[in-house]
Parts: sequence; structure tokens; C-alpha cells
Amino acid sequence: MRTIRGRVAVAGVGETTYYKHGQAPEPEVKLALRAILAACEDAGIDPRQIDGFASYSNDRNEPSRLAAALGLPELRFSNMQWGGGGGGGSAAVGNAAAAIAAGYADCVVVFRALAQGQFQRFGAAPPAATASGEAALTFPYGLISPAQRFAMKVMRYMHDHGIRQEAQRAIALASYHHAQANPRAVMHGRPLSAEAYDASRWIVEPFRLFDCCMENDGAAALVLVSAERARDLRQRPAYLLAAAQGSEYRNAARGHNAPTYASSSFTTVAPRLWEMAGLGPKDVSVVQSYENFTGGVLMSLVEHDFFAPEEANEFLVPENLTAPGGRLPLNTSGGNLAECYMHGLELQIEAVRQLRGQSTNQVPGARVGLVISGPMVTPVSSMILGTEDAL
Amino acid sequence: MSAPTYHLPASMPRPVAEPDGLDAPYWEATRQGELRVQRCRSCQGWQWGPEWICHRCLSFDLTWERVEGRGLIYSWERAWHPVHPALRGHRPYIVVLVELPQAGGVRMIGNLLGDPEQVVSIGAAVDAVFEPHDDATPPFTLVQWRKSA
Repeated sequence: MRTIRGRVAVAGVGETTYYKHGQAPEPEVKLALRAILAACEDAGIDPRQIDGFASYSNDRNEPSRLAAALGLPELRFSNMQWGGGGGGGSAAVGNAAAAIAAGYADCVVVFRALAQGQFQRFGAAPPAATASGEAALTFPYGLISPAQRFAMKVMRYMHDHGIRQEAQRAIALASYHHAQANPRAVMHGRPLSAEAYDASRWIVEPFRLFDCCMENDGAAALVLVSAERARDLRQRPAYLLAAAQGSEYRNAARGHNAPTYASSSFTTVAPRLWEMAGLGPKDVSVVQSYENFTGGVLMSLVEHDFFAPEEANEFLVPENLTAPGGRLPLNTSGGNLAECYMHGLELQIEAVRQLRGQSTNQVPGARVGLVISGPMVTPVSSMILGTEDAL
Repeated sequence: MSAPTYHLPASMPRPVAEPDGLDAPYWEATRQGELRVQRCRSCQGWQWGPEWICHRCLSFDLTWERVEGRGLIYSWERAWHPVHPALRGHRPYIVVLVELPQAGGVRMIGNLLGDPEQVVSIGAAVDAVFEPHDDATPPFTLVQWRKSA
């Protein structure tokens, strides 16, 4: 089998301070540059050794500009993952790793910079007075924002499988719990109780306020090099064991006509991920799963085979999802709900920190970490990292 | 003459046909009070949303067939947070995804008319209600849904 398994490693990770939406004191591109330099510093790599960039979701900060700004001797790889919003996070890592394995580049930075306060917010309607294409079928009916776009998938899924609101609540509580130990988290010092969740307003049923991700300003970056080179660097390498991206048959059929509608879009992606890694759910120490909305996390975990949908009510309780001792510690930095909505790339960074033993909510002996990016969009992606022992 | 009343405010985004004409027949039909869905002349398969090619047999020979405005609620949501300026101060509203068994099970999106806090059941039967916006420039017609009697 052709595979990326074990050939590339994350050598460095870095981020800016994470800000509430609109509060970054610096322009977005400057945040991107700061995150990239932080990741190089973490790895112990001279930034002038970077020769490639990969990102997703039409990041505004083009590799050519970054390369010029950083005085890179040569740009050898420049990659944008099409579509999918946060669904591209793990795919960008996979694309960067593929470039290194194929010999296109030697040191590729995966990054995302997002200062929503300086540009159009994801959670607010665009200002246009008209809607065309797929939007013509949805916007006039008030089906506009991401929360509105995905609520009907989750509503159908909960209906089909008898899933209660408490299952979504447990996912929110786990993220907020972990954020309380993470000083980087925007929601550090802002704990969430089950009662406060239950009392929170509906955004769009079945999502309450705390089922929805934050909107933030910041930047994050990871430095990838070959596995051989990573062994000589400052940090313990986090090896890429698998990456997969895509979506199932006609996922993008317009106007909510995907045949597999009530889904996180991972039904075909997840089996390929496990096959490449040669691992299964029982081998995973800790999971970082993109929370655009908690219901998406729920379906992602099912589609990655951690439990059957009929077991969701029983499995998704806070004690199962929290580090250090839960059955499946989930979103141990606080994730998109409570650390920072860094468009999910903070999840890749947390997965690396867990494997190094550097998390603020460390899972003892973590050796395999799963990252799931952007449920319910298309394409989605997921990836598995492991320590040297897991190779 | 009193001002027309719409389920959502008139200042919501207005639908316009795509510049390449792909969905123009659908929007033109709604002006006549007709619901039309793409159908392939080669394999007779239904298709929605519109595309230039039949996804089953890859024929480009697609037509627009009139279908009866009735269906079943496949899923729904009740939106509370006003994401658009037109919705500030507005009541919650219900969006339904309606399956049309008579058209190969394609699904249509609209608002469920009536009490915005009504109980909604997946599988319930609904009928199409055309909502013309004759005073818009250009005029257009939305397709809303109401629980069947």
C-alpha cells in the first residue's frame, strides 16, 4: 500500500496569543508571521529553512508574500486545500507531508491565520442583498449561517438514533473543563456548568449557545520535516501515521440533497484513515475533534468508530471525555469551543503537545492522537499522530 | 391596497437566478405557481439541486418537470439568533427540509408557516405555499410549506 505512515513528523508548533473576536492588536498577516516564527523557535529550526507552506479555507496570507516577508531563499511548495472551511485542517497537514515524502520540499509550514474582527465574520450573514446559486435556495428562508446550515443534519441524526441534548452538552462541558487548566484558552477562568448550559439561549435548535464554536483572532502554525530530520531536532517528534480527506457520494448535492445527509461526512474518510495507520479506535490515547457544533463532534466520533449512534447517550458523559482518566479524553486544550477558534488548527497543536507530554491536560503515556477536522462540510479530513513507540 | 405580508421580512436576501442560467427555469416556474425539478430525458432520474449533467447516466439532456407541491418533513430547525440584520427583533422561525416522494425523494428547503413555536415532527406531511414578492425588483416567488390538513 502507498502510505505516508511514519515518513514525516511535526517538529515544531506555535501560536500567537489567542484573542476574542475583534481584539487582536495586530493585522492578520503579522499574526501569521508571529505564529510561524514561534513554531520554528519551538522546533529549533532557522526560519530561513522553510521552503513550503500549506493551508486551507482560502487563508488570506499567501505563501509568496510570507516567503518574501521572511526572506526565504527559495519557495518550493505552495498549497491550498480547496473548500470545506475547517474541514481542511488535517488535509493541509497531509498535503504538506505528501510534499515532503515526494521530495517537493523539505520543511513545510502548515498555518492558519484568522482575524475575523478585521474581515467578514463566519457567524453573521454576508451583507449582499441578493443570493445566487445554492444560496438562492437557502438564504431567503433564513438558512444562512453555519449553525443554521448544519442544525438540520444533527436534528435528523438525533431523531433517528434517539440522542438526547445531554450528549451534546457533555462535549461542551469537556472543552470548557479542559480550558480551565489551559492559560492560552480564551475561556480560561470562565467555567461552564451543566446548569448554565441548560439555561443558555438557543442559537438554532438543536444548538444552544455553548454548542457553537467561538469566533476568535489569532494564528497557529506547525513545522513539518522528514522523520529522519525530526529526530535530530529539539522536540520529541510527533510522527504522522495517517491522513485522509474527502467525503462520500454526492455530499455536495445542492440544497441539502446529500444522500448520506445526517452525517459528519466521514463515513468513507475514517475507514481509509484507520487502514493507513494500521490502527483502530482502541489504540487512540486522546482525540481532538473539531467543534464547529457539538453535534458534529458526536457524529464524527461515531463515524470514526468509537461507539455506535445508539450508544451516544451512554458514552457521551463528561467523565468519559475528560483528561487524565476519561475513557476517551476529548479536546484537551479546550478546542474551538473554549481555547480558541483557530479554525481548528489549535487541535493539531494540542495533539502534538499530548504526544510530547506538554499538554496542560496531559493524558499519561499518550502515544497515539487522533485529530478530526471540520465535521459536516466537504471535504473533511482527519489525521493520526504517534510517538516513536507507535511507529 | 395593503402592503403584502411575507413570512420573513422583505429585506431578507432576494434570490436571483445564476448568471449562467442553470436554475433560471426553477425560478421562472415559481412565478407561475409551479414547482419544477430537473429530470433526465435519458434515464428518467430526478435531480435536485440543479446541475448541468445527470449524475446517474451523465446525459446533458435534462428537462424541468412539474411536480405536485406536497412532501414529508425530512428534517427541520428553529432559528432564534438573528444572523441577518433583517431578522433583528423578529420572532424565531422554522426551516424545513421537505422530501418529495413523487420526485425521486429530492429535498426542498422552505419555512414552515404558522406558529413559529409549533411542535414539528419529522415525517409529517406538508403542502407547498407559493409566496410571491411582486413588489421586489426583480419580482420573485418563494416556496413555503404548511402542515397538510
